[in-house]
Amino acid sequence: MSTALSRVAAGVGAFFRFWYGFIVGDDWTVAAAVGVALLITAALNQRGIIAWWLLPLTVAVATAASLRRTVAPRPGG
Amino acid sequence: MTTATATVFITTFLASTVEAIEMVAIVVGVGATRGWRSTWFGVTAGFALLVAVVVVFGLALGSVPIGLLRLVIGVLLLVFGLQWLRKGIKRVAARSLTGMGIPEVTDSEFWVGRGVDWTAFVLALKGVLLEGVEIAFIVVSVGLAAREMTAAIVGAASALVLTAAAGTAFAAVFNRIPRSFLQLVVGILLTTFGTFWSLEGLGVEWPSGDLSILPLLAFYAVIALSYTRIERRRVVAG
Repeated sequence: MSTALSRVAAGVGAFFRFWYGFIVGDDWTVAAAVGVALLITAALNQRGIIAWWLLPLTVAVATAASLRRTVAPRPGG
Repeated sequence: MTTATATVFITTFLASTVEAIEMVAIVVGVGATRGWRSTWFGVTAGFALLVAVVVVFGLALGSVPIGLLRLVIGVLLLVFGLQWLRKGIKRVAARSLTGMGIPEVTDSEFWVGRGVDWTAFVLALKGVLLEGVEIAFIVVSVGLAAREMTAAIVGAASALVLTAAAGTAFAAVFNRIPRSFLQLVVGILLTTFGTFWSLEGLGVEWPSGDLSILPLLAFYAVIALSYTRIERRRVVAG
């Protein structure tokens, strides 16, 4: 019984680890920035304000910030 | 063949080709980057789900919440595509483009494990399911409106078969591209489609409809190349 339970727990853990890695990955700030940009875009769209530009702009800025935070890899590495 | 039949065939063929290109671009990109076995599992599962959706909803496909589907799949592709975009930028910056033509079989993104590569599976499944549902929408809406369902189905099926054949030819080219650069290219593609679909899912109107994908793709490509040059300078500096 405990073996079955531990298998289920391992399976559930693997499931959540997979989706965490898929959505968040190695930098949660990028996923968070995308989420916030989508919320603001939805709010602006509701008010009839053109907002399609906000998400691409956020993606560009969040990617630049994420790259700046990481240590540059060595050539050939 | 009557004029109405030909018109329906051409309309569904062209409209479905646009969707099929997006589907095949994702499948070929993921397959070449992660490996083909799990990608084909994802494609098969995607088509099986698509058939189930079509069988369940039939001609009432319009009641499928396509906006929600676009939003969920778009956001997932976007956040995952951004991970590949960043990794691709860092790897291309580190290795430059020297060695083009030599596949990097030891690259960490290529799946070498025994079981199913769920990342490739999920990406391929999503691409096939969303684009497949959109093609089914086109068939049902055009076919029903013109009462030419057979021509609509044949037009969409022709588009899918021809695009898949072209994708198969491109896959050979993709397999010769270094995986670090391929990851960057696929990252740009996933980020583009993810951005486009997630905003469409929110009900946001793009300035030029589906054609907006092209300037969006160009924007992300310019961003990726610019960031790669900046990262390259950081790498060289130390």
